[in-house]
Amino acid sequence: MPEAYKLVDHVYDAVVVGAGGSGLRATMGLAEAGLRTACITKVFPTRSHTVAAQGGIAAALGNMGPDHWTWHMYDTVKGSDWLGDQDAIEYLCREAPAAVYELEHFGVPFSRTPDGRIYQRAFGGMTQNMGAGPPAQRTCAAADRTGHAMLHALYQQSLKHDADFFIEYFAIDLIMVDGACRGVVALCMEDGSIHRFRAHAVVLATGGYGRCYFSATSAHTCTGDGGGMVLRAGLPLQDMEFVQFHPTGIYGAGVLITEGARGEGGYLTNAAGERFMERYAPSAKDLASRDVVSRAMAQEIREGRGVGKERDHIHLHLDHIDPRILAERLPGITETARIFAGVDITRAPIPVVPTVHYNMGGIPTNYWGEVVTVRDGDPDAVVPGLFAVGEAACVSVHGANRLGSNSLIDLVVFGRACAKRIATLVKPMTPPPPVPRDSADFAIARVDALRHARGGSPTARIRLAMQKTMQANCGVFRNAEVLDEGCARIDAVYQQMADIGLADRSLVFNTDLIEALELENMVAQAVVTMHSARARTESRGAHMREDYPARDDENWMKHSLAWFRDGRVELGTRPVHTWTFSDEVEYIRPKARVY
Amino acid sequence: MARFTLPPNSRIAANGKTHPAPPGAKRTKTFRIYRWSPESGENPRFDTFEIDLDDCGPMVLDALIKIKGEVDPTLTFRRSCREGICGSCAMNIDGTNTLACTKAIEDIRGTVTITPLPHLEVIKDLVPDLRHFYAQYASIRPWLQTVTPAPHMKERLQSPEDRAKLDGLYECILCACCSTSCPSYWWNSDRFLGPAILLQAYRWLADSRDEMTGERLDQLEDPFRLYRCHTIMNCATVCPKGLNPAKAIAEIKKMMLERA
Repeated sequence: MPEAYKLVDHVYDAVVVGAGGSGLRATMGLAEAGLRTACITKVFPTRSHTVAAQGGIAAALGNMGPDHWTWHMYDTVKGSDWLGDQDAIEYLCREAPAAVYELEHFGVPFSRTPDGRIYQRAFGGMTQNMGAGPPAQRTCAAADRTGHAMLHALYQQSLKHDADFFIEYFAIDLIMVDGACRGVVALCMEDGSIHRFRAHAVVLATGGYGRCYFSATSAHTCTGDGGGMVLRAGLPLQDMEFVQFHPTGIYGAGVLITEGARGEGGYLTNAAGERFMERYAPSAKDLASRDVVSRAMAQEIREGRGVGKERDHIHLHLDHIDPRILAERLPGITETARIFAGVDITRAPIPVVPTVHYNMGGIPTNYWGEVVTVRDGDPDAVVPGLFAVGEAACVSVHGANRLGSNSLIDLVVFGRACAKRIATLVKPMTPPPPVPRDSADFAIARVDALRHARGGSPTARIRLAMQKTMQANCGVFRNAEVLDEGCARIDAVYQQMADIGLADRSLVFNTDLIEALELENMVAQAVVTMHSARARTESRGAHMREDYPARDDENWMKHSLAWFRDGRVELGTRPVHTWTFSDEVEYIRPKARVY
Repeated sequence: MARFTLPPNSRIAANGKTHPAPPGAKRTKTFRIYRWSPESGENPRFDTFEIDLDDCGPMVLDALIKIKGEVDPTLTFRRSCREGICGSCAMNIDGTNTLACTKAIEDIRGTVTITPLPHLEVIKDLVPDLRHFYAQYASIRPWLQTVTPAPHMKERLQSPEDRAKLDGLYECILCACCSTSCPSYWWNSDRFLGPAILLQAYRWLADSRDEMTGERLDQLEDPFRLYRCHTIMNCATVCPKGLNPAKAIAEIKKMMLERA
């Protein structure tokens, strides 16, 4: 060891990494089950990115009109472009109403219908009658601050339960022994001490890696730290090429304007003032799936019909809606549009552009949150002791394209499922399996090497090169030429990591070091994303290949896997689950996806 | 008139560094930023950074990120969502507590002076220690408390009018701008809950679904926890979300009177 770091050992039944919606729901469930539970988080829980979710949480409550969870399931399967695993999708949709009622009982201040029930709004791709229509009002909302209301309520619940929070601790690496996860090593940001957590179960709830891109709605902290740890542990990530562009990020700032804006009647126009979505999705129009709307907007801009001096964005109109409705249902975006676009939405349209928003891909799991890999020909082989939930995971319920408001429901349904699963596997208060004496050395060596790195490339410079590469070469429209160049460019960025140089050598709150650790996590995921995108020679959901414009179920209705070993990407596949969770609903067969 | 002397190790040293704007910068803005690291053994100082506004985003946070990325990576601050919803980047900018991510640089005349939120222990640079603030939050038991069991597979009903009573309360992001701008909180933060936490306390008192009103008021009935508010109103002036904690505190006092 180059330098003595203070090493502190902890023993728990279960350790959750991350305190967003899924991490907090998992933590709560574990503590409720009587397990000694720790939650490690790099930011205070209410700073997690769930807080920025706006529009709502999907569940077939039927408060606004007829609805059924099987309709929600159909829409989610279609939204996923048939890449989602239908056993997991069924589980999500049938459990969704109970999960939303649970949140209401926790105190989430949902908006209300005149008769006092939870208010639900329309969202993209949500329909009645197994896709036949009309649109379903399924998205439960607390004005346009649903994520904020939910995250605060979940943190409040966690205060009620007996879980230990390690706040502003940065998870560095997993402790893997013989293919099983035995714990995790973390850095205490306040004093630079190293903490080794031994546990029966480690739950990664670390969120997405949106900050790999130059323009993203994601918070600065969305650096996919769990995915980085999993790749370093020699395990694969799944479906990484599927990156969702949200149609309405504010032009320039990249700040999100909820899809609920269109759910409440907003619409998009091009330079001619034309409501162009009618041409691309004659039936769903502005409320088609996000991939469809983002592609249509990008196409309009490409063909010279964008608005503004550079003709490089689109207008989102809300100025025709009663200002009282806007004040009641969309107060948050009223404020953000004013601050970040200088627009009074009651009078003028908001300048918007498709912006990176969500990673459908992530750590492969089953619907219990157990991390899976391909082992000895078994494509569903469980990695003992390791779990993943939320955006960090790929269950896969979102497949090739996530429907708006399905992410918040994913957090709570699978956060809860994962806790339940661990409670059946782990006997409370039993000693976790031993770990080798040197099990923290790998993590400490990484921290130490970075803290003293004296190369010529500051973290911010390499990060910018990565972000520009992903933005330019792995965007809405893709083809072999762009992706070949992208692979070469992103591989060069990875090489540049050898030349990283830090300026802050301190132990106390060294954010230069944290950002470098985050960058290591991001670069690895950027590399596998680009290579996975090049390999998939079809168009499905958010992955649009101009050189392969059709979906190819015969060759590509499968999940892609990517390992990253010694700087090299290895690709593989897993079959999509073509069966359901119960006998109550049949497998939904693939068909053409039209909105 | 009492006179107070700051401890010697908190006096601002005169050895601040200056980082001039890059040559050719046409529209420069000067940022004076508080720096202190417990490891250096030195007193705090102000570093000066000249930033080319033509090569920088519009918000103060954009400037801080630019400085960290391109000038001095040791500059330390919290940030996350960059859209005013997570509450991480609360700090004192140009004399007022606010969020760096929603504070436009062009709204500040002259030099931009940035210090950590006042009257908190500093961990490093612009990062204050908020543990006491969070512990006070936990002390009010900020979750829905009921005696009546929750209905099975249904929501508790709440009329739109009752739900509207939570507007202006539930939006709090726990950034601590209000509490750390309150002179009463500066003097008595060990026992006075301060505006942010009292606003949260009222959020549960105002919720038609909560059934612990009496117990919650008992908890607050104390010369310090509630009654140190002297309606100075700094809280309402600085709240970056436009909330009015002083009004929430007045509502609690009214409820106290009504039940007395």
